[in-house]
Amino acid sequence: MITAERKPFDEIYGLTEGHDKVLVAGCDTCVAVCLTGGEKEAEILAAELRIKAKEDGRDVQIEHTAAIRQCEWEYLDAIAAKVEEYPVVLSMACGIGIQSMAEKFAPKLVLPAVNTNMLGMPQEHAVWLERCGACGDCVIGETAGICPVVRCSKSLMNGPCGGSHDGKCEVTTPEKEDIDCAWALIWERLLAQGREELMLVNRPPKNWSKSSSGGPRKMVREEAKPV
Amino acid sequence: MTATEYKAGSNLEKILSEGKFAVTGECGPPKSADGTVIEEKAKILKGYVDAVNITDNQTAVVRVCSMASGVQAQQNGLEAIMQMTCRDRNRLAMQADILGASVLGIKNILCLTGDHMSFGNHPEAKGVHDLDAINLIKMYKDMRDEAKFQCGDDMPVAPQLYIGCAENPFGDPFEFRALRLKKKVEAGADFMQTQCIFNIPKFKKWMEEVRAIGLHKEVKILAGITPIKGAGMAKYMKNFVPGMDVPQEIVDRIAAQEKGAPQQAEGKKLAVEMIKELAEVEGVAGVHLMAVEWEPAVPEIVEAAGLLPRPAVA
Amino acid sequence: MADEPTAAAAAAAEADSKPATAALPANEGFEPEIIVFACHYCAYAAADLAGSMRLQYPSNIRMIKLPCTGKLEVIHLLKALEAGADGVYAAGCLEGECHYLKGNLWAKKRVGYVKKLLEEIGVDPGRVEMYNMSSAMGPQFAETAREFTARIRGLGPNPVRPREGFTAHEVVLKQMGDLAMPDDAGSDPTPGS
Repeated sequence: MITAERKPFDEIYGLTEGHDKVLVAGCDTCVAVCLTGGEKEAEILAAELRIKAKEDGRDVQIEHTAAIRQCEWEYLDAIAAKVEEYPVVLSMACGIGIQSMAEKFAPKLVLPAVNTNMLGMPQEHAVWLERCGACGDCVIGETAGICPVVRCSKSLMNGPCGGSHDGKCEVTTPEKEDIDCAWALIWERLLAQGREELMLVNRPPKNWSKSSSGGPRKMVREEAKPV
Repeated sequence: MTATEYKAGSNLEKILSEGKFAVTGECGPPKSADGTVIEEKAKILKGYVDAVNITDNQTAVVRVCSMASGVQAQQNGLEAIMQMTCRDRNRLAMQADILGASVLGIKNILCLTGDHMSFGNHPEAKGVHDLDAINLIKMYKDMRDEAKFQCGDDMPVAPQLYIGCAENPFGDPFEFRALRLKKKVEAGADFMQTQCIFNIPKFKKWMEEVRAIGLHKEVKILAGITPIKGAGMAKYMKNFVPGMDVPQEIVDRIAAQEKGAPQQAEGKKLAVEMIKELAEVEGVAGVHLMAVEWEPAVPEIVEAAGLLPRPAVA
Repeated sequence: MADEPTAAAAAAAEADSKPATAALPANEGFEPEIIVFACHYCAYAAADLAGSMRLQYPSNIRMIKLPCTGKLEVIHLLKALEAGADGVYAAGCLEGECHYLKGNLWAKKRVGYVKKLLEEIGVDPGRVEMYNMSSAMGPQFAETAREFTARIRGLGPNPVRPREGFTAHEVVLKQMGDLAMPDDAGSDPTPGS
């Protein structure tokens, strides 16, 4: 699923400067599941902003709302009337939802209150790990179900590199936590599957033209288009 | 071997082909537009090594590019081994650069993955990683042997290259390390250099596995040695450098001496001992001496290890 | 039902007096099983009419009545082939005259998509088809049935044909479940009308 993290409060508060009416819009799909931007979180953020504004002696009306899903226009109809009343919307949806709102309500100011960060999987409750790079050319069938594009810090097709140590990547996270070496994991699982010969295949260079490197992508389902 | 049988005819290639024990060194280019640094280093190392690695933005810290410094080194009579990492360039740049290097007379190229940006002074940069080291080796091999670009297009004049790679006998997963070298050899590596060795027993075990699959006959293996300048350096490498295996005995041995010249002398002594021991290991074709920012130590070490004079080849 | 055939029916009957096997192509002896998904309002009625006009059409045809061809999903067509039918077609109202407005257009789209899928898997896309007719077009129903059967005869047995004899129809009927209407002419699918 798509995960996002709320921007630092100061940054969000800065976005309200110069406005006397602000709407915080949550989304009840992905960002609600990762506990960042659902209706609950939107309500909380609106309250925080109101309190801070009061502290600063600013007279600003800050409300919240939420759409079931911000990325599909049909679902925005339900909140359209409310959105129309506000000159600026702080959206807590993922980047797709924010852009969808910005397009539907253009030229209204729709600003991001979150940083969309990854296609992630909850490893345990409240912990998400990056899993998919949306590269458009999936190879994980050959790498024991582990993505080398985004779980290897160097996107190696023929890993591991010399920095792999104790099953960990040479890179640590900004929080100084270890990252599992994807290729060490791939090796382990291929052994468990009895398919270690796949580690010896010299994989050719990846075709990056299918990823966003080749330009923004579009997908059409002709057979599903309305008649 | 006649000239036409060599892949590139570099000094390094000829020495290794003749079965002579090779010595390579390493030079870090300067972190500025200072053209004198390489000249100075070349003066120190000339005659003591058969070729010298010119690093490529090592540890993701920006320096003069490997090609320019490599050309400078060769202008000063020291054969260069250019380095190319996958971190900073895509396949277009890598092919363009090797053609440029070849045109300017560089013949040895070491293909590396590259340390991650987060280690260096520009951690916000976008890592390229269009290819990995194995793709890179194969791409250069095909340019040389098939006169083809990676996309399949022909080129009228192929670059003459002696292709190298690096391998870390102490990286994980350990059981896979010899197999990873096999992949690089299959991709086209002619010679390889290991990361610096301190744990000789573990290195010997790795060489056993390498010999078991006959790799020592297909690729020229140079064992990496880094002389330790002091106990602080030993501790740092042990604890903070990825993929390094420094046994505690070595740290203790250096620390047992007084700081400064005594520790340095012990470091050089240790390096000489290790070179002599490694030279006896079957399959080791030479030594790669990485005296990081300590180039003046090289002549002394090479001489004490009995490796002078360096062979002169036609 | 008229006691005497109309002029049109007479002409059709004459045409039909030619032996049904006159233009037998290759694969003589192979009798394909053809499943026809026909809509209640038009195609099924046309089939009924063909029957009452005594127009011959091959017994290879096995009918399944649907309220509208718009009810037909891609999976139904694929499963029919998987069950062993050698050919399958949807027969709906003329375009623009669908009782449910656009159902036949959806069917056409889906048949087109299935043809694409069949190409991908190496099965001749000619094994599925979409036809349109009005309830008055008894002769056309029969002609279509003959043409399609001849086509399938020419293509040979379904490559995944798991059976001998005609058993796919029963399997498909079961798969359609509630979607398939009972096989009696004249009943209105709309409850309460």
